[in-house]
Amino acid sequence: MSATIETLEAMERPPVSMASRLQGELLEVSMGPQHPSTHGVFRMNVALEGEIVRKLKPVFGYLHRNHEKIGENTSYLGSMPYTDRLDYFCSMTNNWAYALSVEKLAGIEVPERAEYLRVILAELTRLQNHASLLGFLLSDMGAWGTPLMYAFREREKILDLFESLAGSRMMCDYMRFGGCRVDPSDEWLAQAKQIAERFPKFLDEFEDLILGNEIVIGRTQNVGKLSAELAVNAGITGPMLRACGVNYDIRKVDGYGFYPRFKFRIPLGEHGDTYDRLMMRALEMRESVQILKQAFAQVQPGPVMNPKAKIRAFRPPVGEAYGHIEAPKGELGFYLISDGSPNPYRYRVRPPSFINLTILEDMCLGHTVADVMVILGSVDIVMGEVDR
Amino acid sequence: MIGTGILKGMAVTARNFVGSYFEKDRLITVQYPEERVPLPENYRNFPFLIYDGNDSHAGLRCVACKICEKECPPQCIYIVKSDDKKPDYMGKPQFYAKVFDIDISVCMSCQICVEVCPFEAIKMDKDFELSKRERFDSLLFRKQQLSKSNEYYHKIHPVEAAAVDKNLADAAAAAEAKKKAAAEAAAKAAAAKATVAKATETKPPAEASPPSQASS
Repeated sequence: MSATIETLEAMERPPVSMASRLQGELLEVSMGPQHPSTHGVFRMNVALEGEIVRKLKPVFGYLHRNHEKIGENTSYLGSMPYTDRLDYFCSMTNNWAYALSVEKLAGIEVPERAEYLRVILAELTRLQNHASLLGFLLSDMGAWGTPLMYAFREREKILDLFESLAGSRMMCDYMRFGGCRVDPSDEWLAQAKQIAERFPKFLDEFEDLILGNEIVIGRTQNVGKLSAELAVNAGITGPMLRACGVNYDIRKVDGYGFYPRFKFRIPLGEHGDTYDRLMMRALEMRESVQILKQAFAQVQPGPVMNPKAKIRAFRPPVGEAYGHIEAPKGELGFYLISDGSPNPYRYRVRPPSFINLTILEDMCLGHTVADVMVILGSVDIVMGEVDR
Repeated sequence: MIGTGILKGMAVTARNFVGSYFEKDRLITVQYPEERVPLPENYRNFPFLIYDGNDSHAGLRCVACKICEKECPPQCIYIVKSDDKKPDYMGKPQFYAKVFDIDISVCMSCQICVEVCPFEAIKMDKDFELSKRERFDSLLFRKQQLSKSNEYYHKIHPVEAAAVDKNLADAAAAAEAKKKAAAEAAAKAAAAKATVAKATETKPPAEASPPSQASS
């Protein structure tokens, strides 16, 4: 092709066989940023030999909006609503990660009820994130509509809970340094408990619908294999890492919040292919339901906010802190440096989606273009978090 | 046998499809403009200002302290303080906002202005049907447009509004009690002084200061 994309020109071209359909020529295709199954404004420059991907270059930055610099120019509290907009599927876990790092920085204690509420909300977030991810993944594979709608039906129940508690479906802005903003009523807890208890019914249905489907198995097994060594070296976290068989879950390793009080297992994959990544989500949802059941049994009435924590004119002592949690997509961390002023001196986000996405080329090489979409879907990215 | 997985999935779809004719809870779609889901108590959209009574100027609780303007993360609030003062709900003269604008095209409904307001003057509205044909001036809400009565607040957030009213009444009662106590203490001190003055008769009793107006 005469029209070459500038970003690809610097790449060296691999020797290709004469038997290739285009007589050794690589076809360069720019997939995205407006491609419907790139989950947002994400672009991949792909070099194809026939239908086989020989090179892939991810291009980020179309949704860049200066999140970290805004965080350095607003007060500590002012960054909290901005964290909702990072990974807009899981604003509760984003809030928690940020609150956790500020609490580490300033040494704020969190009351017991607030810790339980955080666990409950984080696990509900995990349920809705994984459910919608499975729907999107199947939608990418061509199962248009049905699985996604079933997943969204369940997700909407959880979002209704968030709305009645925090005031907004997705931009919850619920957690504060030293606790949570609103104390849920007993009716809310009962409703949430009911939804958590009914969730396995949806999982059974969804597994019947999808996981035994021969087309899904054919499209996902042995596609996008990732070795454990490469995953660890690239800093992959979350379900993607566990699909490779590496037992690393921050809920167990770090034991933040009240997670050491709950009994749950970490599902581990074996092959590191797309099917394992898909299964990781399905199995993790069942474990989340177990955690939720224990949390609803243990939560006691009490204050949800540390009375010593200040909302206005909050100035943490000079120092630095890194708080990280197991967000549904992987390790979400916030690194803060304080110089004693009301704004952080440095505000850095360690987003799971971005770092999980860097490995995309290694997973896609040798697969067809249609598989690239499936592999990208199984990485579970949200562009709001990748570009920040 | 190959194909059973697909058939199983088809059975699930069929069960959902047929079930939607018999089970009410499978019909989850709400036909929006005709049907509406009731908004939860905590729902929030954009901020508004509260006034007590019927006069949106005299009853406005805002004292133009500019804390919300300073704390607002996207900086969508613009306030100009007045030159003169007007009495607030406790009868104390306070400044008021000459200009109070909220650009709701910038506002991100984070509720931080509500949390930081020490006067319970700004609260979150529930009105979400705000589409406009023009995107600049019609989305910049002026003070007149933002001012809404306490009754309206009670209508949209009944539980929260009752708690706020109780807090304000308690604060007013506490201030009143403090004033009274201070006045009583002053009167007592004056009386004691007067008796002392009378007993010694070195000074005329008129010099005992009258109970001063207690400052709250």
